[in-house]
Amino acid sequence: MNIKPEVKKGIEAICDSYANEPSPLMMILSAIQKKYGYIPLEVQEVVSEKTGIPVAEIYGVVTFYSFFSLNPKGKYVLGICLGTACYVKNSQQVVDKFSSMLGIEPGQTTEDGLFTIEAIRCIGACALAPAMSINGKVYPKVTPDQVGKIIEEYRKLGAEA
Amino acid sequence: MERITSPETLQKRIDECTSVFQAKIKGEGGKRAVVVCGGTGCIANDSVAIEEELVRLIKEKGLEDRISVNHVGCFGFCSQGPFVKIFPEDTLYRGVKVKDVAEIVEKDLIGGQVCENLLYVDPVTHEKVARQDDITFYKKQIRIALHGCSLINPDKLEESLGYDGFKALKKALTTMTPQEVIDEVLASGIRGRGGGGFPTGRKWQFAANVKADQKYIVCNGDEGDPGAFMDRSILEGNPFEVIEGMMLAGYAFGASEGYFYVRAEYPIAVERLQNAIKDMEAAGLLGDNILGTDFSFRAHLRLGAGAFVCGEETALLNSIEGKRGMPRPRPPFPAIKGLWGKPTCVNNVETLSQIPFIIREGASAFNSIGTEGSKGTKVFALGGKINNVGLVEVPMGTTLRQLIYEIGGGIPGGKKFKAIQTGGPSGGCLTEKDLDTPIDYDTLVARGSMMGSGGAIVMDEDNCAVDVAHFYMSFICDESCGKCSPCRIGTKRLYEMLTLVTEGKGTEQTLKDMEELANVIKAGSLCALGQTAANPILSTMHNFPEEYIAHVTEKKCPAHVCKNLMSYQIIKDKCVGCTLCARNCPVSCISASDVPARPMVPGKPALPGKFAHEIDQSKCIKCGSCMAGCRFGAIVKQ
Repeated sequence: MNIKPEVKKGIEAICDSYANEPSPLMMILSAIQKKYGYIPLEVQEVVSEKTGIPVAEIYGVVTFYSFFSLNPKGKYVLGICLGTACYVKNSQQVVDKFSSMLGIEPGQTTEDGLFTIEAIRCIGACALAPAMSINGKVYPKVTPDQVGKIIEEYRKLGAEA
Repeated sequence: MERITSPETLQKRIDECTSVFQAKIKGEGGKRAVVVCGGTGCIANDSVAIEEELVRLIKEKGLEDRISVNHVGCFGFCSQGPFVKIFPEDTLYRGVKVKDVAEIVEKDLIGGQVCENLLYVDPVTHEKVARQDDITFYKKQIRIALHGCSLINPDKLEESLGYDGFKALKKALTTMTPQEVIDEVLASGIRGRGGGGFPTGRKWQFAANVKADQKYIVCNGDEGDPGAFMDRSILEGNPFEVIEGMMLAGYAFGASEGYFYVRAEYPIAVERLQNAIKDMEAAGLLGDNILGTDFSFRAHLRLGAGAFVCGEETALLNSIEGKRGMPRPRPPFPAIKGLWGKPTCVNNVETLSQIPFIIREGASAFNSIGTEGSKGTKVFALGGKINNVGLVEVPMGTTLRQLIYEIGGGIPGGKKFKAIQTGGPSGGCLTEKDLDTPIDYDTLVARGSMMGSGGAIVMDEDNCAVDVAHFYMSFICDESCGKCSPCRIGTKRLYEMLTLVTEGKGTEQTLKDMEELANVIKAGSLCALGQTAANPILSTMHNFPEEYIAHVTEKKCPAHVCKNLMSYQIIKDKCVGCTLCARNCPVSCISASDVPARPMVPGKPALPGKFAHEIDQSKCIKCGSCMAGCRFGAIVKQ
């Protein structure tokens, strides 16, 4: 896969913006992940050329942290909190319900590219347990029977966009 | 804002801001102020829209000259949010919805009457409580780390200056030598709030004793312990206090650069911290020659990227350096050789947030609170099966019973208390017999758990001890960095053994093997993550041996949680044949039996053609949808 010239430019610009920081790799990767949604090998090569850090080292960092992804994620990332407070209030059942309704496992993306299910780490919203976060918006006290409604809502939103 | 260039200009700003802030909360000149909670929990419950609606309506009524509106940090009592508070009366409204705003404006802000239906109701006395300080949840609390949280606008430097902000910095820079700052912190007895409990003053002394051209202070905001959210709330509620604590540390041991390392999962905390740093730079409180002295300090922000092990200080330093977040062998300790090889102190958010109080009020104000070995206050995040979920700051030495029953309001639904897990995946659980132990660093360790960062998850009789241990083990397996083999391989094998037990395939030998392996992992791992990884298993095995035995010998899960060892059953005598469960079932395994259903209304005949239902156990996936939907209590777990 070749990356488009404008994407390459965008990535180089991100690298440049951190040129004055000591050890900027994490900041560069966070910015790329946020802007483009994933960091494939081709992009890592661009970062390597710009920063002089070997691709092997960049790949090591990308695969270490759960926020960085080698593959594109769905338009809507359904992050269900599996922190302890949510877990003891049955958030596993919410994960299972999303899985069975969308036919994918946590970490996978639906074929239409609309949804990714993620079992996420504690988001610190323990009073709202079980909590979930969809593209950063936190939903409080999610029960398995709300799952169908949530999926419908975002399908509609996805169709409008 | 006019730049602050000397102790005198700072004092002038403090005086001005204090009188503005005091006038605001005391309602001078007949003015009133409304504050809305802007913590993560309340924002998820629409508090931003509530604030906007307040602003809109107040403007519509032409009251904006007399009534101000702004957001504040976390109130701590998250299960009752969103909160709206009115000054000067100190009226606290809870569970506010956007549609309630009109009533607050009409009845209270214009009519001067309290909106009774939005007040907190005491669960014991059933009386309505109007003032925050009169609510039992707040009565036993002393707010040192949470100073200013839920009171000041975290996006405004002026409000911080108006509420004790930077008084400690001025005192240190103008009247104390760096060594005197360290001595004061040593005398306060404060120990690291992030988990280890190492005396903060000693850490600073180590770094101060090393000669170097550059030193660093790092604030650990990678609050990874699931169920703990005090660092998030402090950063969201009063970021200035934490930066001030960091600057005092920098002054004390000679660091001119500070790094905040904050989890990317906390976007609001990150944004407010960024704003605070920017505003302080603009005001001259960060940068070169602060207050016209020789002390220069810069603060930087780095984000985590989702790795629990980065809460370990050496892994955190590697992560800041743009590497995989793997721990380094110690010694050398970071105080000698840390970030980029320079002497570095890593302090937790909560620790740094308490430093300004110690310097401002003096060590004795701090060490007069607490127990022999643990001074001051500690913030706990109460979560799980407890009525008052939220953040509480209490003196060290408070008992678990006070924490759970007085402040926490007990267990919901009349269920029985089973255990409280402290210290997260590194800690252990405490049971009924430990309830009257005063909690501090040392008593918790003596009881087989640990303080950790202060997460406290309450479990009731519906939680299975083996399942909880299994949950923590899967967490640790995911988060083990893979550097050392006892942790990388050992936790995986331990997880597999626990899986056997939860599936009813384990034997008594499995339990013995687990205990042995757990001790090997403890003894052989490089960092604290591995050394404490087995604690949840050892602690639950110790406290609930009968549950483990039931899983392996009787193949039963006493709490009916482990899916392979339980089933859902329909009690035919109670089933009215409404078919709701059959319609809810995702795998269509519920159908009518040939037993006639019981009447829907007692005394009336049963509906014609209705039969009690039954579950085909061979198809059942045990999702619980049937039981959750049944309105007749006809479905039980066995």
